[in-house]
Amino acid sequence: MATRMNRRGFLGTTAATAGVLAAPGILRAQAETVKVGLVHPVTGALAYSGNQCREGALMAIEDINAAGGIKSLGGAMLEGLVADSQSKPEVGAAETAKAIEGGAAGIVAGYASSITLATSQEAAKTNTPHIVDVGVSDKIVGRDLPNVFRLGPGYGKIAAFAVDNLVAINEGAGSPAKSVMIIHEESAFGTGTAGLLAEKLPEKGFEVLDVIKHANPTRDFTNIALQVKAAQPDIIIPAQYYNEYVLFARTLRQQRIEMQGIYSVLGGAASSFKFVEEFPEAAAYIMDCNHWYNPLSEEALRRRAAAEEKGLYYTYEVYLAYNAVALLADAMEQAGSADKEAVIEALAASTWDGHAMPYGPTKFVDGQNEGGQPVNTQVLDGKIEVILPPDFASAEAVFPMPKG
Amino acid sequence: MTKLLALLAIFAALFCAPLVIGSEFWLNTVLLALYAALLGQAWNILGGYGGQFSFGHALFFGVGAYSVAVLQVELGLSAWLGLVVGGALAAVVAVIVGFLTARYGLRGSYFALVTLAFAEVFRILSNSVSWTGAGEGILIPLDQRLAALQFPDTASAYWALWAITLACFLAVWRLERSRFGARLMAVRDNEDAAAAIGVDAMQVKLGAMALSGLFMGLAGVFYAQKFLYLDPAIAFGPEKSVEALLVPIVGGIGTLFGPLLGAFALHGVAEIARETMGDAPGLNMIVYGTILVCMVLFLPRGLAGLGKHVRRAFRA
Amino acid sequence: MFDSAILVPSVLNGITTGALYALVALGLTLIYGVLHIINFAHGALLMVALYMVYFLWKLAGLDPYWSLLIVPPAMFVIGYALQRLVITRASHGRDENILLVTLGLAILIENVALYLFSSDTQVVDTPYGFDVVEMFGAFVPYPKVVAFFGALATAAALWAFIRLTDLGRAIRAVAREKKGARLVGIEVGHVYAMSFGIGVGVLGIAACLLMPSYYVTPQVGHGFVLIAFTIVVLGGMGSFTGALIGGLVIGVVEAVGGLWLGESLGQIGIFAIFILILLFRPQGIMGHQA
Repeated sequence: MATRMNRRGFLGTTAATAGVLAAPGILRAQAETVKVGLVHPVTGALAYSGNQCREGALMAIEDINAAGGIKSLGGAMLEGLVADSQSKPEVGAAETAKAIEGGAAGIVAGYASSITLATSQEAAKTNTPHIVDVGVSDKIVGRDLPNVFRLGPGYGKIAAFAVDNLVAINEGAGSPAKSVMIIHEESAFGTGTAGLLAEKLPEKGFEVLDVIKHANPTRDFTNIALQVKAAQPDIIIPAQYYNEYVLFARTLRQQRIEMQGIYSVLGGAASSFKFVEEFPEAAAYIMDCNHWYNPLSEEALRRRAAAEEKGLYYTYEVYLAYNAVALLADAMEQAGSADKEAVIEALAASTWDGHAMPYGPTKFVDGQNEGGQPVNTQVLDGKIEVILPPDFASAEAVFPMPKG
Repeated sequence: MTKLLALLAIFAALFCAPLVIGSEFWLNTVLLALYAALLGQAWNILGGYGGQFSFGHALFFGVGAYSVAVLQVELGLSAWLGLVVGGALAAVVAVIVGFLTARYGLRGSYFALVTLAFAEVFRILSNSVSWTGAGEGILIPLDQRLAALQFPDTASAYWALWAITLACFLAVWRLERSRFGARLMAVRDNEDAAAAIGVDAMQVKLGAMALSGLFMGLAGVFYAQKFLYLDPAIAFGPEKSVEALLVPIVGGIGTLFGPLLGAFALHGVAEIARETMGDAPGLNMIVYGTILVCMVLFLPRGLAGLGKHVRRAFRA
Repeated sequence: MFDSAILVPSVLNGITTGALYALVALGLTLIYGVLHIINFAHGALLMVALYMVYFLWKLAGLDPYWSLLIVPPAMFVIGYALQRLVITRASHGRDENILLVTLGLAILIENVALYLFSSDTQVVDTPYGFDVVEMFGAFVPYPKVVAFFGALATAAALWAFIRLTDLGRAIRAVAREKKGARLVGIEVGHVYAMSFGIGVGVLGIAACLLMPSYYVTPQVGHGFVLIAFTIVVLGGMGSFTGALIGGLVIGVVEAVGGLWLGESLGQIGIFAIFILILLFRPQGIMGHQA
């Protein structure tokens, strides 16, 4: 470790000196560039999330290059090969092949689980390291594809975490809540998450009154709100995409439905700056269990400020894609090479901790980082605060939510 | 005969693609174009030769794709069996839809809309029953051996697709010169007149539906085995239906080579749009849409029509 | 599940939601009834109108209901120009060309919106956004009550226009018998463009009434196109009363189907009705036997 630090330090200084002496163009020509394929659904149904992912990934490349590139590769600069999967798996796979052929040493893809399955399979053919940025389906990792890695948690982990913390929050308030109702969207993430929640919550003494699955788009939520009103659950658990979430939250208010809490899993008001900004009253006291950055990390706050500088909301897509690129870059750094075999080996052994996420120690098992976990957030005084786990918390949970 | 020779020559050239194209990406692009040609030709049998415009061909695609996936994942049966069952089931579903629509005399936009509705019904159903994996989708376990009908590399996938597509094009070539084909086109051009000379319109329509459904189903089987994951939107969503009808309309409907021309033109245009328009999201699709609109404005009979035009010009 | 405490508000809600669907379908049915074309760009044009409403609110502070004075006329101009400059020229007398050109336009318009406005979900915040009207013990959102009466008024206005004005008579003549209409001196090209323009203009009305209770993204139109086609067929292609009734029926079927079968599977009711109507009464509820 010590020698490596020394060598890095040495290379760093040389690069810096060279930078002073030579014109920047020449410097770039001297240092090798390492290409990274960034395959995201920037058009079609998933365009919003796809663009957020792309922006996050590009921010990471910018930061890494500004800090001197991959130092163990003589300050090699990263170059992003951006590609549009058009929200279709087959296009995602084709674009992955294109990026690899264009010299990409690694792939960061694909936001949706369905697309990520296709891109990771394509990358496996050439044994190209593939980092999953979001794709929460647990089917993506553990397919015996040695090139596939995911730093963030899958929905199995998230659902287990959501259940445990809901129990903890409820017990902390003297166990006022006994029943829940789950409202979820019909594709992979909502269905998968809801299924796990409905299975685990009864084990912890919650009665699941109903599980309501709805289409994307659902044009009107009154019907669902009416069913919620009739069932009178203590807690509502939504797992929905943003558009549907907006309509649902609005309708709950219109129908004047009272409950002890709204506890969203994967997506929700308490992980969306946009929602809190546009609907401050509807957002108040909503709790989420979702991806979130570590609010105590200065690095995370710096990144958030940089994203906002660009006019972006600092959403989970941005920091998860940022980290996917940074993880890959670190593996190259550790391997001292952009060779695919070496990078995969370095990824499998990675203990990278520069993610600025509220994660445990990084350790990959079958491509999944065991340290990856969600957190609980809550909207308090118009701000999104982390309430659990205690190590990362910036505020205490307020539960049940105050009436009125 | 020259048509058959031309067809065989083109397919011989296509067969060699993996041998001469060193680039994985370009081979992939040719593969996707060939796949689009298969979807387009399957649609063309019914839409072009039968004059029945379907907006719901995803229905047959999805039935084929889900058949092979469910047979393997839920029942543990061989994918090769799934290939047969997928094609056959798609044909059966096509015949049922064909019977209902013909029985009640639905033509034109009514036929188009009812096929669309059937595809939507299947999409919603596959989202609701558990054995299709419902909304979570169905993942075929990775087992890249020929025995499992999976493809270790792009070339083998390409050749499998090539074989299905060749079969489809040969069937259409045969159709053009068969009595069945003549009856089908007679019904297309004037159903009453065809009936007057003793053509059983119902029978020929069902025949065309079956053939069209069969190849669409086989395309679905190929998709499932290549990408190994299906969800209701991928299998039955309107995008597949649109892709299937776009290709032959651009190329020239009711012609043997139209779907091939259309598929390669559309993929070529998409690729050019991607290469030239930089990375701003949406810009490539803007170019794609614009070219599509211009094509209709200036090539009223599709690309095949352009070909005829050029030939005529040479002869003159 | 069929407790009246839920059923009554659910049906009421279905009716008001259905009125919104009817508004989207009214324009489509006019276009179909006269030009006999299936307009795939209808959803994309609805999206354009919704963005107009949004930007008028965002940049000029204009309430969506005041936008009724601006957006429908603007949409009319767009529709008229599209028909005159693009769709007529593309048709070359072939149905599949119309299909292709409207598809191409849909892709084009949608991605221009994506490029210019990005794919962020946008909403308007109105003072009455969360207001409700109490009816039979149910809370009906205020914007939906407005939309309901808006749909009635729009259908009535269209009906009166087509029955009572010279242009309306010309449109009916062209719809029934194109050649004959030309013989008696009606300028068919103008009538076509006017019909398309009015159909698209009605989308402008729909957008103004929809926006206070909905959102806009470049893909927002997709969610309404299929429903609108269903309503047009259900009501009888070309019939305004049919579209209105069809919209209300679909709204109620969707609501009750959702209660009965679950919100996701319940959508099947819409398409089941659609197929049954097509098979057994293809002329629709209000259409005439062909």
